[in-house]
Amino acid sequence: MSGEVRFMQGNEACAEAAIRAGLSFFAGYPITPSTEIAESLADRLPRVGGTFIQMEDEIASMAAVIGASLTGAKAMTATSGPGFSLKQENIGYAALAEVPCVVVNVQRMGPSTGLPTSPAQGDVMQARWGTHGDHPIVVLSPSSVRETYDLTIWAFNISERLRVPVILLLDEIVAHMREKIIIPEEVSIEVRPSPTTPPGEYLPYAPLPGSDIPPMAAFGDGYRYHVTGLFHSESGMPIGKGEKAEHLLRRICQKVERRRAELVRTQVENCEDAELIIFSYGATARSALRASRNLRGRGYRVGFAKTSVIWPFPAEALREIAAGAHTVLVPEMNLGQLVLEVERALLCQCQVLSYSRVDGEMITPDEIERRVLEVLS
Amino acid sequence: MSEHIRGYLRDRALPHIWCAGCGHGTVLGCLLRAIQKAGLDQDKTVIVSGIGCSSRATGYMNFDTLHTTHGRALAFATGIKLARPELKVIVITGDGDAAAIGGNHLIHAARRNIGITTICFNNYVYGMTSGQYSPSTPTGSLATTSPFGSIDIPFDLSRLVQAAGGAYVARATTYHVTMLTNLITEALRVDGFSFVEALSQCPTYFGRRNKRGTAVDMLNWFRDNSVNKKALSKLPPEQVEGKIIVGELYRATELKEYTKAYRELVERAKGGVRP
Repeated sequence: MSGEVRFMQGNEACAEAAIRAGLSFFAGYPITPSTEIAESLADRLPRVGGTFIQMEDEIASMAAVIGASLTGAKAMTATSGPGFSLKQENIGYAALAEVPCVVVNVQRMGPSTGLPTSPAQGDVMQARWGTHGDHPIVVLSPSSVRETYDLTIWAFNISERLRVPVILLLDEIVAHMREKIIIPEEVSIEVRPSPTTPPGEYLPYAPLPGSDIPPMAAFGDGYRYHVTGLFHSESGMPIGKGEKAEHLLRRICQKVERRRAELVRTQVENCEDAELIIFSYGATARSALRASRNLRGRGYRVGFAKTSVIWPFPAEALREIAAGAHTVLVPEMNLGQLVLEVERALLCQCQVLSYSRVDGEMITPDEIERRVLEVLS
Repeated sequence: MSEHIRGYLRDRALPHIWCAGCGHGTVLGCLLRAIQKAGLDQDKTVIVSGIGCSSRATGYMNFDTLHTTHGRALAFATGIKLARPELKVIVITGDGDAAAIGGNHLIHAARRNIGITTICFNNYVYGMTSGQYSPSTPTGSLATTSPFGSIDIPFDLSRLVQAAGGAYVARATTYHVTMLTNLITEALRVDGFSFVEALSQCPTYFGRRNKRGTAVDMLNWFRDNSVNKKALSKLPPEQVEGKIIVGELYRATELKEYTKAYRELVERAKGGVRP
């Protein structure tokens, strides 16, 4: 494989990949363990003609990102749990107004100020349901520095193409871990759909025939349209309750639902004949993979699977992966969040067990192995 | 209203939702005339608002318009102005929106001196939620959430913006239509953060509960209780005490506008220049 070899941190890889994806605007607020993303971009963005601003708070950062995106910029912010909670109202705004944006949440131990420098995976449900009301959202979670690079670019592509907020759910381990990575020479970059109609005929929230995503004009390009967090008609103007409101909510949610199949990204090893599969995500997937290989080496029929897409949850893909297993074990650094989706996906198919750790330490391969052996005995 | 200014309105979005006698339409009219007088390009002007009665104005205006979340208009506007500094960005907000939930954004937008013109429609009350006291409600006023009279001391928003570092601060009322239009025109010409506090009557929720009479009575009250800043030095103190000071209140000189400072930073960064 060719490409530049670098030794970098997950947070730095996120910043580098964002610029590669076309990021031209970042607004943020300092918070551990995400701060290196802001620091990297404060240094890098001005040198490529982009804009960095440290806003007065987390809410303002999210608002500035949406404002910048409306002018046509690819825009991102980065935070951690407490800040992620503060951004939620405006994330919902972006979902309803269909404004592309990428929000990085480097998870730390919560709730509240919690253990600010310790890793956790406790924001799985907040990432999906943090803002009020039904809404579309896509959530990606990498396990390595290289995957952070790849998923950051993918996050922008999904966000721009579907006009939906995309959450990049890192954890403190992946964010602060340093690894050698080979920067891919070629990456695919997508842009948002733009209008082909002249300003007088433009309906900002009317999808083109055969599409469910409306083309997006940039503010300042003469389209003179209205954007609101109220339910709105295809013209963008506020509407009241009724069929049009329901149609809007269903359309924006179905944008993501219809694309479940293309939003599947899994890594699977030794699952064909496995009686037990360790299924994980984020940094925990690294320990899960090591544990599964160690157990395989000792003759146990144990498989490994991980998902890089948390939401929409890859239920169909998991059913196929686990078709022959009697147990799926889900280790995660929380009290059992993604395991609830695994249970829903595998209902009546096999036994689903949670393995939790919430003391602020990562889950080790050893402890997963011990738990697997208990289950198998 | 001239045909040209009619073109600044979205006919399909009218009639507006404001109550009979509300002053907000008057302020909007002043803003539209000021936009014309300042010669703004309709396609290069973005109007941003928060939540509340005043913030509904963006929907009626034939520009790129953004009706945001409660209190956050200035933060959204900061993103727009920074990402595309060639655009003229105007924020419409109210006293609750700008001074309570959005107070921090007001302070910091002023501190940065970012090139945004903010018009605060100050009617002393939360009208959209039918009459709760706001940070600008005069002490002792009745509201649905101050049935025994408000004990809070109101903010002087204009002084706040001046102290925080804004480049231009002015105040007028809906009685002073010509003055308000001229002050907004001046604000739009300023290269930096400009703030116009437009005192507006709410006969429905503030006036009725506080026995201020009809909308016309409230306009007359504005007339009788305001003093032009230019006349201040000529009047005895007892005639100034408790009065609303209207006119241009503050104008900074030699303050650098934020997006211009940022462009200079970009040039230094590209050239590898560090302090």
